[in-house]
Amino acid sequence: MTTPPLSVQPVDETPWRQFVRDFMQSRIALCGLALLVVVLFLALFAPWIAPQNPYDLSKLDLMDSKLAPGAQSMMGSTFWLGTDGMGRDMLSAILYGLRVSLLVGVVSGVIALAIGASLGVSAAFFGGRYEQILMRIVDIQLGFPAILVALILIAVLGSGVEKVIMALITVQWAYYARTARSAALVERNKEYMEAARGLGLPTWRVLLKHLIPNTLPPLIVVGTVQVAHAIALEATLSFLGLGLPITEPSLGLLIANGYEYMLSGKYWISVYPGVALLLTIVAINLVGDQLRDVLNPRLAR
Amino acid sequence: MSPMSLLEITSLRTEFSTRQGLLPAVDDVSLRVQPGEILGLVGESGSGKSVTGFSILGLIDAPGKITQGSILFEGTELVGASDETLRQLRGDRLAMIFQDPMMTLNPVLRVDTQMIETIQAHRSMSSEEARARCREVLVQVGIASPDERLKQYPHQFSGGMRQRVAIAIALLLRPALIIADEPTTALDVTVQGQILFEMQRLTRETGTALIWITHDLAVVAGLAQRVAVMYAGRIVESGTVQQVLNTPLHPYTRGLLDSVPANSERGQRLHQIPGMTPSLVNRPKGCAFRNRCSYAQADCEIDPPVQHFEQEHIVRCVRPLTEVKR
Amino acid sequence: MSVSVPLLDLRKVSKRFTTSPDLIERMAAKFGFAAPAQTVHAVDQVSFSIEAGEVIGLVGESGCGKSTLGRVIAGLHKATEGEVLFEGQPLNYAPGVRPAIQMIFQDPFASLNPRKRVGDAIIEAPIAHGLIAASQAKEQAAHLLEQVGLDASYVRRFPHQFSGGQRARIGIARALAVEPTLLVCDEAVAALDVSIQAQVLNLFMDLRERLSLTYLFISHDLGVVRHIADRVVVMYLGRVVEIGQTTELHAHPNHPYTQALLAEVPRLDRRNIDYTPIKGEIPSPLSPPSGCHFHPRCPHAKPVCAEQAPPLRELSNGHWSACHLNS
Repeated sequence: MTTPPLSVQPVDETPWRQFVRDFMQSRIALCGLALLVVVLFLALFAPWIAPQNPYDLSKLDLMDSKLAPGAQSMMGSTFWLGTDGMGRDMLSAILYGLRVSLLVGVVSGVIALAIGASLGVSAAFFGGRYEQILMRIVDIQLGFPAILVALILIAVLGSGVEKVIMALITVQWAYYARTARSAALVERNKEYMEAARGLGLPTWRVLLKHLIPNTLPPLIVVGTVQVAHAIALEATLSFLGLGLPITEPSLGLLIANGYEYMLSGKYWISVYPGVALLLTIVAINLVGDQLRDVLNPRLAR
Repeated sequence: MSPMSLLEITSLRTEFSTRQGLLPAVDDVSLRVQPGEILGLVGESGSGKSVTGFSILGLIDAPGKITQGSILFEGTELVGASDETLRQLRGDRLAMIFQDPMMTLNPVLRVDTQMIETIQAHRSMSSEEARARCREVLVQVGIASPDERLKQYPHQFSGGMRQRVAIAIALLLRPALIIADEPTTALDVTVQGQILFEMQRLTRETGTALIWITHDLAVVAGLAQRVAVMYAGRIVESGTVQQVLNTPLHPYTRGLLDSVPANSERGQRLHQIPGMTPSLVNRPKGCAFRNRCSYAQADCEIDPPVQHFEQEHIVRCVRPLTEVKR
Repeated sequence: MSVSVPLLDLRKVSKRFTTSPDLIERMAAKFGFAAPAQTVHAVDQVSFSIEAGEVIGLVGESGCGKSTLGRVIAGLHKATEGEVLFEGQPLNYAPGVRPAIQMIFQDPFASLNPRKRVGDAIIEAPIAHGLIAASQAKEQAAHLLEQVGLDASYVRRFPHQFSGGQRARIGIARALAVEPTLLVCDEAVAALDVSIQAQVLNLFMDLRERLSLTYLFISHDLGVVRHIADRVVVMYLGRVVEIGQTTELHAHPNHPYTQALLAEVPRLDRRNIDYTPIKGEIPSPLSPPSGCHFHPRCPHAKPVCAEQAPPLRELSNGHWSACHLNS
């Protein structure tokens, strides 16, 4: 019920350092961050880390197929996570799959953020009919389940990496637009915005240097969670066979491909990609949760 | 031998844990309130006046904690008392009014629901009896057409009215002591005037004691009998309103009184206390005011002694201002 | 012989806020579910002038329109009716134009951009308007900080590292950076502790002398206004009810509202005196009383007060009051 007394902060600290210090207060979030860093590292350096390039068909040997984790290959190297129906090393396939999943998730997230945030902030700033119409479009878009919209778009556009990314952007931009608009509305009424206008600053300056930097925190939070959501959505699409092509399989496709082997006890073909997907999404969510708490201005600091 | 005080606080210390360790927001505070007395607790931001109020009611949550001292209310020790003891006292014998009436009022409940609930938590009364009591207090605080108002929700009241309802809730069970934490600070002058008028009348009629926490010395001048001035967690001066406002002994009190525009000639520079109130983490050792005090000397670096003057005019200063002209 | 033009001249300035229905509500109106558009007459036909070098205190309680009027003058709202003349010319407030009037805000915590270093915040506008070259920026920011009593080394710090009083000073420095002629202080000291308030008020008085500034000092604190203002304008529910020299107004308040207001102010020298408050509460600005807005609470109300709004009439030199009791 009580709030701690005012001004308990050390004097010389930039907002960034303060943010880092607050973030590090949660051990779970730090674990999530560590996990995320590991995932990103693996994905980035997959071509160099993976024991085998799973998409180089010449390297595959059907004799190696469906081997259990830990088994030896024909050539003597160990398949740490087993192989799939084509003889691909699961570990390599997962690493490459992580790469694709993250790429699709992050790229679509960033572009959707850019589009959604600009629209949302400008709607809040300019108001009037423009804002009304835009927000109604956002409402309508958010009324549809994401998977449905994505399916329809893929059906119309066809499959392929760019098409999937476009579908994901279309599904996500509305969340960013709505969050950006709410944040911008709150900030717009603050006195420093009035001061900026009162000082006679040109409008572009007021928007770019004053409004947008202060609406970023909630957008970053939404961003992290949305990336996780996008990855999961893409995995769903791939699982249904509508997403990425076989030549660039994501974790979703790997799970789908391995599904048929579940009943015959060869769990590793489906389960390990699933675990990788799970860990990635959990890591992103943990980081996103802590970001949300840290960036929440209501928690008195 | 003075009669037993209604409230007796001795050497209270409430600390908050910060990155720099445990720091006291309230440090060695002692005060006494007699039945029916009005005490003004005055201080600026960071003085610890609100934390003192919350400590009395046991409303200090982590990262804060009462670490030392005793609070005797009607003979019961409140520091370390069980939750059930405190719950029984709160609302019944001991009530609080906050600066924001929405800290008392639940926005989704009707006023009568909230008020009846408060009564029934402490007394076994039928709803009709409880409602009659609610009507009574609403009239007491100057709300016209109480029956209608009882059926309304807080958002249907103006700011001043909400505060009156909060005061009415405090009065429901005829408490012996009400602690009011800056209840009129956010209100207009005319509404403040009305509420101060009501509070003065009510305390006279019902014999309720009142601790009025504020930063406004002028409000205290008109309302209270005794006043205690707080600075950086300590009481630096206390006494009757006459004593403290006419012959202040502590340089801070003197400085505060001099900075009020009404005490300066029009157009002349206001007397100002240089510097700023120290925050919790950088309080100077010894007398916390010494960096801003024009009379400070080397001996101010040790904790100043509490000195007693006639008729319980108390100062925490090594060199009180004994000759002052007002 | 030329009559000097007042620095700021307000002629029948009104500001109304209407909740205009949005798309859905307009469609609903077509079907007959019309919700009435609500209008708030925040400022209603206000006329007075400010001479160069004066300090005008603008007082009133919540809903009186003083903040809105301040914002209209500072260019943050456009007047719905009436004229605001600055040095005889209508004010030009387009973005990109260097303003001659600056506002000092009430909340020291919300009035600074939390993500900008204070030095940058201070010299942003002068650079944008071409008042100083980017190369002189750092010196100028330091100079302005010193002018408001802060250490020059604070240029690189962020707002959250300062106390309320210091932030108030930074806000003043930012306003001074564009070399304004008139400062509108909207409750600039209300959120500050008494001891800090004294410091900031002294700063205002020093700056007034040093830089020949003119102030419109908006406050609900009559004690502060009495100390710092030359003339006082009293507002109630959007209208001006009384104008006069500060000493004259305090000694001989004419309008019943002014009298009640002055009587309500708690004073240090009043001990245990019974308060006699004015009855009733301030009505909602959405539905103000007819005629004279104050009549439901006025102890001297006559029938004409409910019918006609009293005009602002000059009683003696410079003392104006809007009350039917004077006719």
